[in-house]
Amino acid sequence: MITLSDVTKVYNAGRPNEFAALRGVSLTIEGRTATALKGPSGSGKTTLLSLIGSMARPTSGRIALDGTVISSLPERFLTEIRRRTFGFVFQQFNLIRGLTALENVMIPAYPTGAPLEQIRRQARQRLEMLGLDGKAASKVEWLSGGEAQRVAIARALVNDPAVVIADEPTAHLDTALSREFMEIMAALRRDGRTLILASHDPLVYESALIDRVVTMRDGRVVDAGTGP
Amino acid sequence: MIPPGVRRHARIIGYVLPSLARRWRKNTAVVVVYGLVIFLLASVVFLSQSLTGESLAGLAREPEIIVQKLSAGRHELIPVGALPSVTRIVGVRSGRARLWAYYTDPATRETLALVVPDTPRLDAGQMLAGPEFLRRRSLSVGDVVHLKTHTGASLALTVAGAIAPATALESAALLHVSAPAFRDLVGIADGLAMDLVLRVRNARELPTIATKITQALPDARPIIRGELVRTYKSVFSWRSGVIIGVLLVPVLAFIIFAWDKAAGLGVEERREIGILKAVGWETGDVILMKCYEAGVVSLAAFALGTALAVASLAVPRSPIIVPALTGWSTLYPSFMPTATVGAYQVATLFCLTVFPYLVATVIPAWRAATIDPDMVMRGS
Repeated sequence: MITLSDVTKVYNAGRPNEFAALRGVSLTIEGRTATALKGPSGSGKTTLLSLIGSMARPTSGRIALDGTVISSLPERFLTEIRRRTFGFVFQQFNLIRGLTALENVMIPAYPTGAPLEQIRRQARQRLEMLGLDGKAASKVEWLSGGEAQRVAIARALVNDPAVVIADEPTAHLDTALSREFMEIMAALRRDGRTLILASHDPLVYESALIDRVVTMRDGRVVDAGTGP
Repeated sequence: MIPPGVRRHARIIGYVLPSLARRWRKNTAVVVVYGLVIFLLASVVFLSQSLTGESLAGLAREPEIIVQKLSAGRHELIPVGALPSVTRIVGVRSGRARLWAYYTDPATRETLALVVPDTPRLDAGQMLAGPEFLRRRSLSVGDVVHLKTHTGASLALTVAGAIAPATALESAALLHVSAPAFRDLVGIADGLAMDLVLRVRNARELPTIATKITQALPDARPIIRGELVRTYKSVFSWRSGVIIGVLLVPVLAFIIFAWDKAAGLGVEERREIGILKAVGWETGDVILMKCYEAGVVSLAAFALGTALAVASLAVPRSPIIVPALTGWSTLYPSFMPTATVGAYQVATLFCLTVFPYLVATVIPAWRAATIDPDMVMRGS
């Protein structure tokens, strides 16, 4: 369970371009559920995902993971939590060009110090699961948009995280590929993972997969939705 | 069982190597340019060491004290009859008058060192020479060499054998001749010698013996071998120091360039660091990666530069460094200094080149690595 208590995030504090991306957000997200964050651009969805995923610390307020406050932990511990607990699928996919699909998927597991063979096996399993076993040796810049996104999903899953976070995952996909993405998400949900998806695409937040829709505007939660 | 900490390093190195290969054009260019800068520095260090070694090797066999006569502050020929007055000094084991001179061969314009050896005794018409001299002149035992005496007459000397040289310098420029031939060639009269040399029993008595020599021969100057060693060392240290000082300018320029490049990490590199951090790499992992990257690049450049420098010592008259360091050797025919690569020199070079590069590239990378990983989420 992820709990946010009165969380605020201010960028460029004290400078002329200071702005508050989140203002007093309180939210509880149950484990093994699928939550969609919706709202217009600039509403704070991406910032909220960053804070939930331990990529940044809130300016004020607290974030707890299964009852343990994580928002004040030093970077090292925060990184460890991010690596073990969260898998990220970015809007731009953020794959590293020049590396193969397999190498990209392996990257999050390198700092764990796991044996190389184990990392490679896990990465191959994730690619196979997403129907990309034939593309493992392909450089990511040669892949189609849909394939690149599946590689990004495989990378998010390589450390077997409990929570998958996706930011505008269908922004660069056509309808067919968007549906395919949601099918993959449904499979992950059935696996018992927690899903948190930020999107203003109705295909995502109106999907039967989604248990709860949280609506945001101007850095605030305007509708926390209902759900499990 | 390999500890996870060690495996973490291995995984990061496993990421670094293909990562360097991805940017092989840029990295190869850096290795080549930096390798050339290191080559220049290494050439100076190794050559300076070689020349000092050559000179000191020659000095090592010299007697402990040389006595020169001075006249108006200049070195002058000394009467052989002065020898007993210094060999009588307590502590002097033996002494002899030396006949040696520089001789410029008019035929070849080469300046040679003529020495009358104590042993073996040579007949008036015989000479010995170093193998390099014999090879250069295509001479073998029994051949006759014609040299001009100081009066302009021709003197025929038969090659009686080869000297076993201790250094390349001796091999190329040393001739052993008999005393009569020597006096004919350079015009030093009977009863005069270039200097006197003394062997002493106890090195700790050298200063006392030197004082007694100046009392016995007030117009003579005793030179203790240790002073010569110090002079040689300081001459080469000064020369190499000046050149290293000059070469530090391009080294510094390269390091500033490296800093500048690293400080302004390319968009692609900053994006990559952001992605790595976003997917679970710590700042420490990123810095470690950059350390390994800089380590591989600088070690490759160091190996390239050092190898080129060692190889260049095998090329006679390297056009850049050798003339600057061996200007004094125009007195001699060309010679090849023996390559000397000592651990101390390699360690000095390593400290002068690899560490500054590591610092110049890792500190800016550390600054880039401390960005919040959510930069990637926000696409900035």
